[in-house]
Amino acid sequence: MLVFIIKKLANALLVMLTVALLAFLIFRLAGDPVDMMSTEQTTQADKELLREKLGLNDNFLVQYTRFVGNAAQGNFGISYRNGQEVLGLIAERFPATMELVIVATILSLLVGLPLGVLTSIKRGAWYSEILQFGSIIGVSLPSFVVGILLILVFSVSLGVLPAFGRGDVVELGWWSTGFLTRTGLLALILPSISLSLYQVTLVMRLVRAEMLEVMRSDFVKFARARGIPRFRIYFRHALRNCLMPVVTLTAMNIGTLIAFALITETVFQWPGMGMLFIQAVTFVDIPVMAAYLCIVSFIFVFLNTMVDILYAVIDPRLRGAK
Amino acid sequence: MSIQSTPQRPSLIERIRRSDLRWSFSHSVPARFAAVLLTVLVLSAFLAPLIAPQNPYDAMQLDMWKSELPPIWVEGSEWPYILGTDTQARDMLSVMLYGTRTSLLIGLAAVSFSLLIGLSFGLIAGYFGGVVDNLLMRIGDVVLSIPTILIAILVSAIVRQMLPPDLREIGASAVLVLAITLSGWVQYARTVRAQTIVERGKEYVMAARLLRVPPRRIMVKHILPNTLTPVFVAATLSFGMAILTEATLSFLGIGMPPGQPSLGTLIRIGNQYLFSGMWWIVIFPVMQLCLLVISVNLLGDWLRDALNPKLR
Repeated sequence: MLVFIIKKLANALLVMLTVALLAFLIFRLAGDPVDMMSTEQTTQADKELLREKLGLNDNFLVQYTRFVGNAAQGNFGISYRNGQEVLGLIAERFPATMELVIVATILSLLVGLPLGVLTSIKRGAWYSEILQFGSIIGVSLPSFVVGILLILVFSVSLGVLPAFGRGDVVELGWWSTGFLTRTGLLALILPSISLSLYQVTLVMRLVRAEMLEVMRSDFVKFARARGIPRFRIYFRHALRNCLMPVVTLTAMNIGTLIAFALITETVFQWPGMGMLFIQAVTFVDIPVMAAYLCIVSFIFVFLNTMVDILYAVIDPRLRGAK
Repeated sequence: MSIQSTPQRPSLIERIRRSDLRWSFSHSVPARFAAVLLTVLVLSAFLAPLIAPQNPYDAMQLDMWKSELPPIWVEGSEWPYILGTDTQARDMLSVMLYGTRTSLLIGLAAVSFSLLIGLSFGLIAGYFGGVVDNLLMRIGDVVLSIPTILIAILVSAIVRQMLPPDLREIGASAVLVLAITLSGWVQYARTVRAQTIVERGKEYVMAARLLRVPPRRIMVKHILPNTLTPVFVAATLSFGMAILTEATLSFLGIGMPPGQPSLGTLIRIGNQYLFSGMWWIVIFPVMQLCLLVISVNLLGDWLRDALNPKLR
């Protein structure tokens, strides 16, 4: 068991080091940082001095090790664009993205689970067919299109919900939350729906497939034979056995949702990490891009590794597998 | 006793007509619907120079007095601008047909290149195993540990930065193809690798190896054809994904430039006029993109079920 955990952690570490290497390479590929920081008046001697001060004359491995060391301590340097600490910039935007992602995740479970159960137990009914067909449409709609359509309907035509921004936020220490004000909650509605739609269809399809499998199993047949009420069988016996993959999918997709949030944030002008990243991309603000890549990948790899380890703790059969 | 002549192998058309796939196709309403829709969309896009009322790339044909016209069924419209015009006086229908062509071409190129990389990596990793396998699959692990959309954005942003400024407009489509390719090849590599490992142990491969057939020939001529069914399904579904990724990148402003718009660029332009009342600038490209991706995904979904032996 311990060996398994150490193996998983080592693997995750290796992946993170490679991601850090990629982030480091971005700096190299995007041009000479000294050129970006210097102006017309900078002399050649000044440039050399700056180069020495930034440690750009050291060899590749030394520079990379220094980058990883700094990144591990949360030091991603300063933004080319406005000279602020990159970590501070991201920490400031982090709560906005996380609140959006958390609400979208909860929403996907609240809507996806019942729909999945419904389409599996009422297989062949007209509304199940429509939902099943609709789920393909849900997968096909890009999230920015969903956002634009929601804005067109609810903000432009009906004028009932705000189309951009976070509304009023309350500061709780360094965490700014939109949950405590009315405008904050209203502003959350459209972005979280648009972010969760894809996830809803995934959860629904997964639950449906799992439920169909479980409903065929012997213990459900036995429960039926014992005369247990249908709804009790569906929700207490069958659904419980489908929850494991759903939990895995949800946990693993939180990383994907954070990445996809950058699209939703652009559509709704939501002041999160994703919008910061997209602005950094347009201004070629490399330190912010590199930091965002590292942080999102870290969350992604962390969640995946945790799920793998938890799985092995719960189900010993998986420990032998690689 | 007469000598039985070997029966003639039926012609390709005959084989298609009698195949299970054909039967399944003619009995699936969504598949037929999607096929018709996709054919119309693809044909109209590639025939755009012939059927579009206007060439949106030709500034001579643009008449600034005719900008921001609504669609034909709304008051204030003008013939022949059936779906209205945008702020640069481009006919919406024409610019959409050309845009669809751009989206389709980029999607097609990206999927072909991902297939090429994925198939070769998968075959090599699965056939040789050992260190090569480990190395290639670890690279795949790293790619999978970064969300695809993030890879595509980063690649497209950085490669564009590396190009000299005067090449950025022209090279935009190539950059997009590269970005989508690099984010999409891993799934093919994994699928093919798994299948190759299974096939490698079979007797026909053993026989070929004993006959000293060179490894490259064994991989391409013998093993590859037996791995293609799942790849075919994955390619169809990821063609839809590729179109979406391209549209997303263009929408975010790091894809096709406004001068040679894809559907994503058109939606980006329209998005700036959401509150101006000119809904036609955004709605039509949105609808076109959705129809395109839905038809591709419906076909992919049907293929997956039709080719799945467990569901027969």
